[in-house]
Amino acid sequence: MISNAIEKVLPDKKQELNNDAVLQTKGLTIGYSHTVAVNNISISIPERRITAIIGPSGCGKSTLLRSFNRMNDFIPEVNLKGQVMYRGIDIYEKNVDPVEVRRKIGMVFQKPNPFPKSIFENVSWGPLINGFRKDIHERVEQSLRRAALWDEVKDRLNNSALTLSGGQQQRLCIARALAMEPEVILMDEPCSALDPVSTAHIEDLMFELKQNYTIVIVTHNMQQASRVSKFTAFFDAGNLVEFGETKNIFTLPQHKRTEDYVTGRFG
Amino acid sequence: MTTQNLTRRHRVANLFHGFCFTVAWTGVVILGILLFHVTGEGLHWLDLQFLNDFPSRFPEKAGIRSALFGTLWLISLTATISIPLGVGAAIYLEEYAPKNSFTRFIDLNISNLAGVPSIVYGMLGLVIFVRLFDLDRSVLAGSMTMSLLILPIIIIASRESLRGVPSTLRQAAFALGATRWQTIYSHVLPAALPGILTGFILALSRAIGETAPLIMIGALTYVAFIPEGPMDEFTTLPIQIFNWASRPQKDFHELAAAGILVLLIVLLFMNSFAVYIRHWLERKI
Amino acid sequence: MKSNQTKIESKLASEAKVFRGGRAKSWREEVIKTTLFFCALISVLTTFSIVFILAQEAGGFFQDVSVFDFIFGTHWTPLLEPRSFGVLPLVCGTILIVVGAASLALPIGLATSIYLSEYASIRIRSLLKPLLEVLAGIPTIVYGYFALTFITPLFRTFFPKIQIFNAFSASIVVGIMILPMIASLCDNTFRAVPDSLRQGAYAVGATQYEVTTGVVIPSALSGVMSAFVLALSRAIGETMAVTLAAGATPKMTMDPFVSIQTMTAYIVQVSLGDTPAGTIAYQTIFAVSALLFIITLCMNIVSHRLLHRFREVYE
Repeated sequence: MISNAIEKVLPDKKQELNNDAVLQTKGLTIGYSHTVAVNNISISIPERRITAIIGPSGCGKSTLLRSFNRMNDFIPEVNLKGQVMYRGIDIYEKNVDPVEVRRKIGMVFQKPNPFPKSIFENVSWGPLINGFRKDIHERVEQSLRRAALWDEVKDRLNNSALTLSGGQQQRLCIARALAMEPEVILMDEPCSALDPVSTAHIEDLMFELKQNYTIVIVTHNMQQASRVSKFTAFFDAGNLVEFGETKNIFTLPQHKRTEDYVTGRFG
Repeated sequence: MTTQNLTRRHRVANLFHGFCFTVAWTGVVILGILLFHVTGEGLHWLDLQFLNDFPSRFPEKAGIRSALFGTLWLISLTATISIPLGVGAAIYLEEYAPKNSFTRFIDLNISNLAGVPSIVYGMLGLVIFVRLFDLDRSVLAGSMTMSLLILPIIIIASRESLRGVPSTLRQAAFALGATRWQTIYSHVLPAALPGILTGFILALSRAIGETAPLIMIGALTYVAFIPEGPMDEFTTLPIQIFNWASRPQKDFHELAAAGILVLLIVLLFMNSFAVYIRHWLERKI
Repeated sequence: MKSNQTKIESKLASEAKVFRGGRAKSWREEVIKTTLFFCALISVLTTFSIVFILAQEAGGFFQDVSVFDFIFGTHWTPLLEPRSFGVLPLVCGTILIVVGAASLALPIGLATSIYLSEYASIRIRSLLKPLLEVLAGIPTIVYGYFALTFITPLFRTFFPKIQIFNAFSASIVVGIMILPMIASLCDNTFRAVPDSLRQGAYAVGATQYEVTTGVVIPSALSGVMSAFVLALSRAIGETMAVTLAAGATPKMTMDPFVSIQTMTAYIVQVSLGDTPAGTIAYQTIFAVSALLFIITLCMNIVSHRLLHRFREVYE
């Protein structure tokens, strides 16, 4: 379904869609039981750029992020209205397979969560269960290189992933996501559990990755958003207050609320 | 990475879900069959005469009076002995004990004892209570043996319960100048009471159903009187059931089923009582 | 000046009287603490008593029968002439029961726990878990009865060659008995695996089956094995079901359809009979109990080590 559509679309349109949206929401509202987490959001995530989503705690940033790869499906009382489009296809449509969506849209979590397996197995597991038949060693090495982790682990691929440091584990999780060769990588506060040095490594990594992948990063660290992203969306209490180029959001915000947040008056 | 294999993967995932679902209810289905069988076999023997008569060589005249009273005696004595000891040990281990290697040794002992087969406790009871303490085959010896058996269960459940009481409660009491015991008695124990209660009802249910240790200490299998004091000889429901089930005649097998029904009803009553008390206590808090 | 001083002193003195309970209070605290300590000590005393008694009586036994003959002998006729004290037939009977019970209970228990922790809704859980606890709370004598009066006749209609007392029926009910234990322990283990691992696995595009078998179960492996070992230990120690249904004829056989005798059933048999204290037949109870105790103790220790290893990773 999705893959067929993509395979038909991609080869011709790759050049055309360069600055077009790869992910789009239309009137998206997500609620749990009686509270509304995300309220009538219409946003376009441009391709091969880093888009940051910022805002105070509890404003719905993570909920929005998780709606992009249908990870909200696992929350028992969630209800979703509106559309989330991936290259023009509503991923919440009845005949769309969430497993396929997650192949194309990968995710890195706030706290590194490597599997209690070896470093190699962490990266190889995803491709193998998805039917990858070619040289898995090559794929693992490629992913670890792209995550800037290869040199540090190439001699101990069979060691348990849990022996790595926090920053290394998070890069391993990035490699794990990259091994699926996704188009989009969602990052949910990927550096909040890490020290400044590891954070710097990952930010450098993001710059390299954006050449080939679309990245959406949720962060509560405004300096990080202004450092790495090209576009920023400011959320407050479930509403999209402002969206635009990062330099504008931080120097010439259009809404007072945005200005208050980026200057540190609240949040 | 193909899409064909995706349909196959989803099929496998659905089959697995269905398999786990079906298997999960196996236990319940077996429970149903068991209860159905026992009821079918024994229900027609269950009447007032059955409850009031003593066992006899003649199935029509046989009853479980001695076994029922024996069980009641056993449970009362066992509860009296094991509850203070068990809850006391739990309080010591959770509230007083320093975190040293001796305390860890006690912990290790308790968890090992929880896994010792009940028949070994029977052997213990035989040598110490029956012979050494010279209590002979009395209800007292039986209940002391059963107390040792269920002590680890009570201790473990009570400790869980005590651990569940937030430390802020204790700290508030200490800050008012209360001693350790005052804190425990007035604040911690009441808060932990529902869990402790559930724990010892569970333990007593286990004690009611045990047969092997009591056989070992010499509880008789053919008893035509009820105990009148702790030093009297006795029999219990499970032992009487065992006695009847061991005989070749079908009538006695049916009597055993009737005895099982009585046993299950007693257990049901106890556990419902526990649930009721627990809810009542939790509402009060 | 001076009168003021005395006024203050006497005021303090009278206040001190109000709090004088102090010394008496701490004496009472000590008594309580010591009493509670002795309650806790009983468990240690119990273990020592068990070990001491078994060692003493079994020691007496092994003065007449060599340990080698006991452990490796294949004939067990301690009550009849010619007497033989090889315990292997009893061990063999126990193993037969345990293997049968395990083949039933381990897969079903594991699948039940997977369903409970990974698939079942809260409503179904609240129904199924208590029902399994009821199954666990049924006295073992009831299972013995069930094996003898339902299972054996049922299978005899299909396979008439099965004897009235046989290992097969007994092992089925022992399996039913340990099933809730495995389901409950494994369920706890799976629930202790952090959800972030499952999320990470779903995020690379895996189905629930793949997440469960590829990530959850391997992560929980030592916990699952701990549950298995504990359940098997319980099966080894099971007495009444095998006494009623499996028979009283010790033999070295792998045939589940004939009458056998387990270690536990033998102990009951002797206890029911008239065996005077001090005779060698009486001492056999303790020798077999000692063997039983050692086996179950080792298994319980292994189980705890495995659980400890699991807990280290996740807590």
